[in-house]
Amino acid sequence: MSAVILYSVITLGVVAAGSAIILFVIASKFRVDEDPRIDEVAALLPGANCGGCGYPGCRGLAEALVKAADNGDISALMCPPGGMTTMAGISEFLGLKAGDMLPMIAVVRCGGSKEKAPTKFEYDGPSKCAISHSLFLGESGCPYGCIGMGDCVSVCKFNAIYIDQETGLPVVKDNCVACGACVKACPRRIIELRPVGQVENGNTNGKRVWVNCINKEKGAVAMKNCKAACIGCGKCAKACPSSAITLKDNLAYIDPMKCTVCGECIQVCPTGAIKATFKPEPKPKQEPASEPAA
Amino acid sequence: MKLKTFKIGGVHPPENKISANMAIQVLGLPKQVSIPLSQHLGAPSVPLVKQGDIVKTGTLIARKADAFISANIHSSVSGKVLRIDDVMDATGYRNKAIIIQVEEDVWEESIDRSPELKKDIDCSPEEIVKKIEDMGIVGLGGAAFPTHIKYMVSGDRKAPDTLIINGVECEPYLTSDYRLMLEKTDEIMVGITIMMKAAKTPKAVIGIEANKPDAIVKMQEKAKDYPGIEVIGLKVQYPQGAEKQLIKALVNREVPSGRLPLDVGVIVNNVGTAFAVYEAVQKNKPLIDRVVTFTGKKLKKTGNFLARIGVPSTMLLEATGETMPETTAKIISGGPMMGKAVSTLEIPITKGTSGLVILDEAEAKRIPTSNCIRCAKCASVCPMGLEPYLLQKLAYREYFDRCETEAITDCIECGSCSYTCPSSLPLLDYIRFGKSNVLRIQRERRPK
Repeated sequence: MSAVILYSVITLGVVAAGSAIILFVIASKFRVDEDPRIDEVAALLPGANCGGCGYPGCRGLAEALVKAADNGDISALMCPPGGMTTMAGISEFLGLKAGDMLPMIAVVRCGGSKEKAPTKFEYDGPSKCAISHSLFLGESGCPYGCIGMGDCVSVCKFNAIYIDQETGLPVVKDNCVACGACVKACPRRIIELRPVGQVENGNTNGKRVWVNCINKEKGAVAMKNCKAACIGCGKCAKACPSSAITLKDNLAYIDPMKCTVCGECIQVCPTGAIKATFKPEPKPKQEPASEPAA
Repeated sequence: MKLKTFKIGGVHPPENKISANMAIQVLGLPKQVSIPLSQHLGAPSVPLVKQGDIVKTGTLIARKADAFISANIHSSVSGKVLRIDDVMDATGYRNKAIIIQVEEDVWEESIDRSPELKKDIDCSPEEIVKKIEDMGIVGLGGAAFPTHIKYMVSGDRKAPDTLIINGVECEPYLTSDYRLMLEKTDEIMVGITIMMKAAKTPKAVIGIEANKPDAIVKMQEKAKDYPGIEVIGLKVQYPQGAEKQLIKALVNREVPSGRLPLDVGVIVNNVGTAFAVYEAVQKNKPLIDRVVTFTGKKLKKTGNFLARIGVPSTMLLEATGETMPETTAKIISGGPMMGKAVSTLEIPITKGTSGLVILDEAEAKRIPTSNCIRCAKCASVCPMGLEPYLLQKLAYREYFDRCETEAITDCIECGSCSYTCPSSLPLLDYIRFGKSNVLRIQRERRPK
């Protein structure tokens, strides 16, 4: 009886010792040295894995940051949702200066609400913008306008965008972190990332102005489908004191870097296609289109 | 006798060939035409005219782009070029088109307009292919694939041994090919003989669905005078007229996934294309008109019209002397199974327009969808042997890599799955979405 136990212990002991040696050899031969800083940097990141930085998840960015730190410069890398606070922490940990980032936010550039761009066609196919877009030009007849089926809403991981039932248009909430998922999801490229506002003493004032339309058709054609379309009249470009507005293909575009949010353009726009998050200085001739983008 | 057909899948939608007895009428000329630069598969053509130019009927106004797949476009009317501008196409999006103001109807001198049948073929095979290319002939079945490319047997590909002519017209409602086969039988036969010469094949097989018995009889009788041409009646089953299905039915060969009919030694062309080839080679006439069916259950008068390319579709309505029925809910360009709903009748008729179908609300409205009940009807009717329920779910979830391994690119978009689904799920819509994404990914993956 005792011999059985003895043999068992010896056999298993030999097998265990042999396996241990093999495992030890393999472990030391194929050892992967991972920088311990990667884990720590990853812990400093938000952990949402949104992909807004362009890397696959937060750990991907952490690896890139550590690699960049070894080369002595991390200013090209950025975590858009985390913003300056997150980057400041990482900068302190790695002992290098983080790049400057203007806080950004997603901006929906379409004003074709149910009222301004009434439905002309009825679409009863699957409720997905990408499918509807590939089939026809949309229920309002505007080939550039928002389809309103919420492809942008379904990709948002931060619950920062929703479809307003009254207008049928998406609305970006203040908790948007500018990861850019909705920008990619929109088949019509209506959503753009723009700075949250002007920077004053290191903080943004939240004031921004943008052309609320991307229609490149001629004015008369665009107006047929939507009363809030940019008709490319150029009045805003003339009124702008800082020449931030350019006209191309019957469409005005406001350069956020040059714009001083004076609000002149909002007052002259005949179709109310320019939108802002603040009330412009009162020079009231016509009612400014100025509800704050919630 | 058992009729030939393809072996897997297929459905039989109501045929509704209302306009079958209406002889082809020549449609008049409008005040102006707009000829789109992209009415064929492949790269848009390059315009050769500018504002103010005077053109004749048959003048080359846009040449084939430098890409491999592209086609010439000729003026369908005589008059003055007004401008080159964006014009709405069937999807409602705007594309470049040449707009010509019609002045009289002066034809190019080189075109033989006499109605006599010209039987003798005095062109060499190379000359025929060149002529097909020059005259801007594209497939008139609906896809508008430039025809000359099918005849360019290159490299190590073995030469085809059979020419297949598609006279199936399996789409419900449409009757343009049927009328053409009845009225232009001889011309089609000569056209086929020309194509046989170009492809250097000794044999041609014409497939016609059994719901057109008079066309089968007439074609069979005429075929006796033309050596090598055989007419075969096929079972009425949709999509009998799809390229791969037709090859399977007529010569019992299977085209492998991702390959062309030429790989199994056949070339497939439509009867309409055969007629266009006849006119191009024997009469020097470019592709400037085609037969279009205008039909719908609620229309009092329907018809088949020989319409010039670029004519606005409203002309068809005017020609029948009708006003749009009040119950109209959808207008389909092409057949109801594969055609596309159009947003306006202002769109021009193109080389690919086989018909316009007016549907009322009862026919057009989609039934509210319910959940998949796993009945597998879609899988049993799929003529390509795919699993539509699976592809739909994968495309819905945007798992494009799995879509690719499940051979989504083999889908011919015939719509049999959506047609048969008892839960009326939009299967094809999602499959098309998945397919277009997989094709885009494959294009991006290819080394530049």
